[in-house]
Amino acid sequence: MAERRVGKVNTVVDIQGLSKSFGSHEVLKDINFSVNKGEVVTIIGSSGSGKSTLLRCVNLLEKPSGGQIIYNGENILDDKHNVHQYRKNLGMVFQSFNLFNNHNVLGNCVVGQVKVLKRSKEEAEKIAKKYLRVVGMEAYVEAKPRQLSGGQKQRVAIARALSMEPDVMLFDEPTSALDPEMVGEVLKVMKELAGTGLTMLIVTHEMEFAREVSDRVVFMDKGVIAEEGTPEQLFNNPKMERTKAFLQRTRN
Amino acid sequence: MSIEWIIRIVVEYWPMFLRGAGVTLVIALIGTVFGALIGLLSGILRTIPIPENGPKRLLLKIVNFLLSAYIEFFRGTPMIVQAMVIFYGAAMAFGYQMDPLIAGIVIVSINTGAYMAEIVRGGIISVDPGQYEAAQAIGMNHLQTMMNVVLPQVIRNILPATGNQFIINIKDTAVLSVISISELFFQTNSIAGNNFRYFESFFVVCIIYFIMTYTVTLILRYIERRMDGPENYVVAGEMDTAEDIKRKTTGA
Ligand SMILES: Nc1ncnc2c1ncn2[C@@H]1O[C@H](COP(=O)(O)OP(=O)(O)O)[C@@H](O)[C@H]1O
Ligand SMILES: [Mg+2]
Repeated sequence: MAERRVGKVNTVVDIQGLSKSFGSHEVLKDINFSVNKGEVVTIIGSSGSGKSTLLRCVNLLEKPSGGQIIYNGENILDDKHNVHQYRKNLGMVFQSFNLFNNHNVLGNCVVGQVKVLKRSKEEAEKIAKKYLRVVGMEAYVEAKPRQLSGGQKQRVAIARALSMEPDVMLFDEPTSALDPEMVGEVLKVMKELAGTGLTMLIVTHEMEFAREVSDRVVFMDKGVIAEEGTPEQLFNNPKMERTKAFLQRTRN
Repeated sequence: MSIEWIIRIVVEYWPMFLRGAGVTLVIALIGTVFGALIGLLSGILRTIPIPENGPKRLLLKIVNFLLSAYIEFFRGTPMIVQAMVIFYGAAMAFGYQMDPLIAGIVIVSINTGAYMAEIVRGGIISVDPGQYEAAQAIGMNHLQTMMNVVLPQVIRNILPATGNQFIINIKDTAVLSVISISELFFQTNSIAGNNFRYFESFFVVCIIYFIMTYTVTLILRYIERRMDGPENYVVAGEMDTAEDIKRKTTGA
């Protein structure tokens, strides 16, 4: 608890008592956790446990049924908050890339900056190229999404989100839709980003990766946070039976 | 002998045919363009996410109802009847006769709009929703998402259907002769009424209609090819082949 309060000073998003139901199906129950500045938090858990829903609630792609999301000291679920204004502070990387097919690689990274952040085209292109370089895609500015491999698409999607220079990056299983030989190139980029002090909240099934990059690991089961801790605690000394069972299953 | 009459009719009446064809093309083209704009606007309005409650919900429900009523009504009644109702209705309501050309453009626009609204809706549905979400996730609002991501793809997708609508309009403006618009069919009727050569006059106009529609088909095919752009892209910096990029990012 003491650790929590210290963290609060630097908290980027603080989630309190969050719940989400689809109809009568309660998918998230009383979720409490926060992400601090510069922290890399990974969320693990079996399929259907609510990881994606949680991530989508954080940037309000899903509207939470209850609870609070505190950002900059304010509950952004209040009616007075503008969803679109809030979302530009959070970058999102999807499992299925979701690049804009009508834009080339550069355009994908520029359009949001120009339309949402009102940056000039020149400035936006400069920033876009900077982040395309970070993900190793600067040579492909002219390419259309359909001309790229899955790994390349995902790296562009990461650059697109980074170009908005958000406070926190959300990743929803960014390598799950990739052919095995392309997983490495995306994880490599993400490890490099983690090393730069970027705040990241990552849903992943890559346990080795989670152990390596995380400051904190959150294990979700059936819509609740079952256990959380440092990678050492969670992977080497899980307290809960269901955490142990899950880790056992992923090892096989 | 028919062939001689056909030649005589062309030589003698070509200015009338030309004027009629001009009026037909103007009405069909402007009607299709406005119809497409009505369709796009309707598509933007009908895809606004409806909030769970609040006054905006009621407003959107009303807008959707009115749009559906408009679409169903104009698709479910013959344009020739719509022309009569609008032309004589406007005369009754405002106490003066609309300029026939303006009346024709209004009728064709409204009629085409109803069809285009459905075509656009199909086009929007066919753009994968992940792109809409990705745009929302970088902070775009509905209008920005539509204008910068969804509609550019919709426009490309519905281009063939819009071209088809244009061709239908070139043919169907013939019904506007009932409100004495001097389009191609009306002109031909006058010509035939003059010389009593019904077969030959309408044979000539048949060819003229076909030349117009086929030309439009060819132009549209060209535009579609142009819009798709080149199949290949140039990788900036000759050193960076796909392999170089891969080596750089995986560190292999
Ligand atoms: N839009 C939705 N409507 C109804 N149920 C949903 C929806 N999205 C997710 N769910 C349900 O919520 C549960 C959690 O899903 P999800 O968050 O995608 O899990 P995970 O990402 O951990 O695999 C699942 O049972 C899923 O069927
Ligand atoms: Mg998921």
